[in-house]
Amino acid sequence: MEGLLYSESHEWVKVEGEIALIGITDFAQNALGDLSYVDMPEVDDEVSQGEEFGAVESVKAASDLISPVSGTVVEINGELEDNPELLNQDAFANWIIKVSISDKVELDALMDAKQYEEFCQNE
Amino acid sequence: MKYYDKLIFELSRKGRCGYSLPDSPYQETTAAIPENLRRGTEPALPEVSELDVVRHYTNLSDMNFGVDTGFYPLGSCTMKYNPKINEEIASMPGFKGIHPLQPASTVQGALRLYRDLCKALSVVTGMAEFTLNPFAGAHGELTGLMIMRRYHISRGDTGRVKVIVPDSAHGTNPASAAVCGLEVVQVKSTADGTIDVEDLKPLLDNTVAGIMMTNPNTLGLFESRIREIADLVHGCGGLLYYDGANMNPLLGVVRPGDMGFDIMHLNLHKTFSTPHGGGGPGAGPVGVAEHLAAYLPVPSVCENSDGSLYVQGNACGYATVSAESIPAGQISGFTGNFGVLLRAYAYILMLGRQNIKMAGPLAVLGANYIKESLKDFYRLPIDTVCKHEFVFDGLADRSTGVTTLDVAKRLLDYGFHAPTIYFPLLFHQSIMIEPTETESKETLDGFIDIMKRIAQEALTEPESLKTAPHTTPVRRLDETSAARQPVLTFRMLSSLN
Amino acid sequence: MAFSYFPHTEDDIAGMLDRIGVRTLDELYSDVPSDVIFRGEFDLPDAMSEMEVRRYFENLDSFNRKLKIFCGAGAYDHYSPSVVPYIVSRSEFLTAYTPYQAEISQGTLRYIFEYQSMIAELTGMDCSNASMYDGATAAAEAVIMSVAASKKRKRVLVSETLLPQVMNTVKTYAGYNGISLGFIPAEDGVTSLAMIKSELGTGDVAGVLVPGINRYGIIEDFTDFAGTVHSAGALFMIYSDPSSLAVLKSPGEWGADIVCGDAQTLGIPLSFGGPYVGFLACRKEYVRKLPGRIVGATEDVDGKRAFVLTLQAREQHIRREKATSNICSNQSLMALYVTVYLSLMGPEGLRKVNDLSYGGAHYLYESLLATGHFKTVFDRPFLKEFVVKTDLDVAVLQQTLLDAGYFAALSTEEGYVSFCVTEMRTRQEIDDMVSIIKKLY
Repeated sequence: MEGLLYSESHEWVKVEGEIALIGITDFAQNALGDLSYVDMPEVDDEVSQGEEFGAVESVKAASDLISPVSGTVVEINGELEDNPELLNQDAFANWIIKVSISDKVELDALMDAKQYEEFCQNE
Repeated sequence: MKYYDKLIFELSRKGRCGYSLPDSPYQETTAAIPENLRRGTEPALPEVSELDVVRHYTNLSDMNFGVDTGFYPLGSCTMKYNPKINEEIASMPGFKGIHPLQPASTVQGALRLYRDLCKALSVVTGMAEFTLNPFAGAHGELTGLMIMRRYHISRGDTGRVKVIVPDSAHGTNPASAAVCGLEVVQVKSTADGTIDVEDLKPLLDNTVAGIMMTNPNTLGLFESRIREIADLVHGCGGLLYYDGANMNPLLGVVRPGDMGFDIMHLNLHKTFSTPHGGGGPGAGPVGVAEHLAAYLPVPSVCENSDGSLYVQGNACGYATVSAESIPAGQISGFTGNFGVLLRAYAYILMLGRQNIKMAGPLAVLGANYIKESLKDFYRLPIDTVCKHEFVFDGLADRSTGVTTLDVAKRLLDYGFHAPTIYFPLLFHQSIMIEPTETESKETLDGFIDIMKRIAQEALTEPESLKTAPHTTPVRRLDETSAARQPVLTFRMLSSLN
Repeated sequence: MAFSYFPHTEDDIAGMLDRIGVRTLDELYSDVPSDVIFRGEFDLPDAMSEMEVRRYFENLDSFNRKLKIFCGAGAYDHYSPSVVPYIVSRSEFLTAYTPYQAEISQGTLRYIFEYQSMIAELTGMDCSNASMYDGATAAAEAVIMSVAASKKRKRVLVSETLLPQVMNTVKTYAGYNGISLGFIPAEDGVTSLAMIKSELGTGDVAGVLVPGINRYGIIEDFTDFAGTVHSAGALFMIYSDPSSLAVLKSPGEWGADIVCGDAQTLGIPLSFGGPYVGFLACRKEYVRKLPGRIVGATEDVDGKRAFVLTLQAREQHIRREKATSNICSNQSLMALYVTVYLSLMGPEGLRKVNDLSYGGAHYLYESLLATGHFKTVFDRPFLKEFVVKTDLDVAVLQQTLLDAGYFAALSTEEGYVSFCVTEMRTRQEIDDMVSIIKKLY
């Protein structure tokens, strides 16, 4: 999807001013299968680029969520608590956390849509 | 197998009674306990008659499959026959009725059994000393890693915080390392499934406490370069830990001590025939080389000069001990699953010096026989002699999209328990098969025929495989809902209706 | 040489070697370095026939003495109904593996579901796992669980009134796992709430672990404990004897978040210390932090009620080093023991077990005090176990009782002697034992 930035661990970032919306890509949800749980941080938690901030679980697998940016969590997607399957239905439409970005320079380390597509083909 | 759907709570009727107890000859009852310490509401336990209980659990057992029912080729689990003499021994009243804290003079029989089993396990594995306290394999791993850490710390070598684990390792290996406070470093496998020694070398430095390995590994392949690996790890100051889950093919043939291992665990419920019990109780004895014997946990069973035995009781835990003799601490309330230890020793006595030498070879014979018979029907990623188990990577012909899961479920229709599936993680469609040495050629031939038939069905009627099993008491389950909205007790179940 | 556990005949072996394409069994070990193959004789006993094995163990057993048990300290001589071993020895339960193939393991899965339900009922918690190894390791894992649930805190307070073997196991696990422990001393035989309040002040405590019935046999009063612990942002954990929970205030009623203990008291024989069965239960908000296996209810494709291992993403085979624990095999068959026992006993039977134990223990206590040579240590309520001080020579007391066939008057670290009475002891046995003690002075 255009307009988003991507990490090698299959998270996407949508920048809205000083806030980053973070989710997982369609590639990721497809690999995991039917999701049963999303383990999210709490509001005001600090996250760091490259560090784990939560996890997604399916029946037979679990995967850490790695933050593509550093900053402070300002909102978590409460709908995912009871309906983790939303991420399977539309991974790009459902953000997981919103983060107040501490250092926009870090965004340069992420891939754009085309680079991410190539990256996936080599996975 | 017949579908029986009742839960014991659903059979309950107020006033029904399944127990038999004498009347109390005392005046005082628990009603005398101060009210604020007493329970407010009665626990909702079932009230049923004795026959209700017997029938209920008998019917439940009819929906289960054990080694006694049929062939159970679960790779890495060693589902060998559970001898019934073991059961008889374990229920002898003298062993059942003794308290673990009874004075040593009154339990010399139990203590003798403990020491004799330690000695037999030492003989079979080449390790100097054993503790029988760990309750399961994973518990043995944890205990062994504690010993490893304690050894380094006692020598002032406090920087060794890493343990190396092959990428093919069973999940308990890294999990045990994490519980023990160690950082896990993975070493890659080569294309032939064994540890990549070139990938290992740069990992070895003075931050490494040791390496955890199983040999043969989780693909059933013997790590032929084990001596070289042992020298390398010892050379950097680390220790070698042997995960004994795959000991069966080595029983009577190879001793882990001779391969250079310093610490190891055994799974008595795998290699030594004690029953799996639906998921325990097992036992995970830990053996060590001489220089580590001081670090075994307590309580331990010791010998006086006159040959009488006693229990060295609780020590002071990990922290407050002198440098000379630092036990790994305490990892169990008492001295382990004694009832399981009895069974294992009865098995060793039946096997004896004469038969033990055939145990490993016959297990290896069966595994290679199945492998050779099926390798045209299933994908064999590594075509070499295996030990007690081997791995197929799904069907040879995948054109109809039939997966390993489908094959496993179809086997249930034919009266077999499925092999281990989707482990090891090295292959995407893993089927790990371990027949053990207690299965006859007829049983193996029967399994081979059915596996061939299923491979054929995958091409001619794939839909029946994708929707298998068809003849079991229940069919494929909705595991996703079970994980999304967990219903874990009868109370939760009732509140749904 | 024919052996009843090896079905292979010479022809079988030849046929199988032929299919494989080798001539001897030795060739199947061609990938093993020659210097690692053991070529000696194993120093093991000669193979025995069944009769000889029986004789061997009967002889060994003759060196064990079955005594009248008047001690507890973590292992209790409770009555085990005749139905229990009968059900547990059914080979479909006994020789089955972990219920990973749910379609042919509904038996195991359903009794585990019933076990989980019963443990939850007794403890007043929302859920339980499928069992732990024993009480001591269950306590250690509860401590680890409280730290995992807190996300950032790494300190846990533990009461010094826990049984010594439980305390030692918790210390060992915490030490290696990197959890820092704070020890709460006893005050007149019970956990000091004042000390807990003071220790909570550091603001870095993840959990507090206390015993429902402590090492002196005292029933602890946890008024204000939950409130105090929760307002410091920590979890309240109680180590319980599940048999006593038929009559005592449940941990749920006390406001606990996590409950652990040993269910050996629910009809499992003493058997020299094992196999027993640990349990671990919690409120539903913490269920994803629970170690071990958990069974859940669901349906199959035909809509039939069915049970399955669930929430497996917590476990080692999926999460590996990030799992909630390394536990794999637990004590499943012992959970079946407990389930059958509780089904037979029901709430009434379990209450009676406690009444008989309570009555006997208090009868013994009064009888000992009446001799004039035993004194109260703590004037606090107890259930089936108690400690007293004596002016008699303890070693002589213990030996005299032992010679007469009684296991009683266990020494404690503080120099007290401890006694325990369950429904298995008769009033006559208590009278007889007291008579023997009276002969000592």
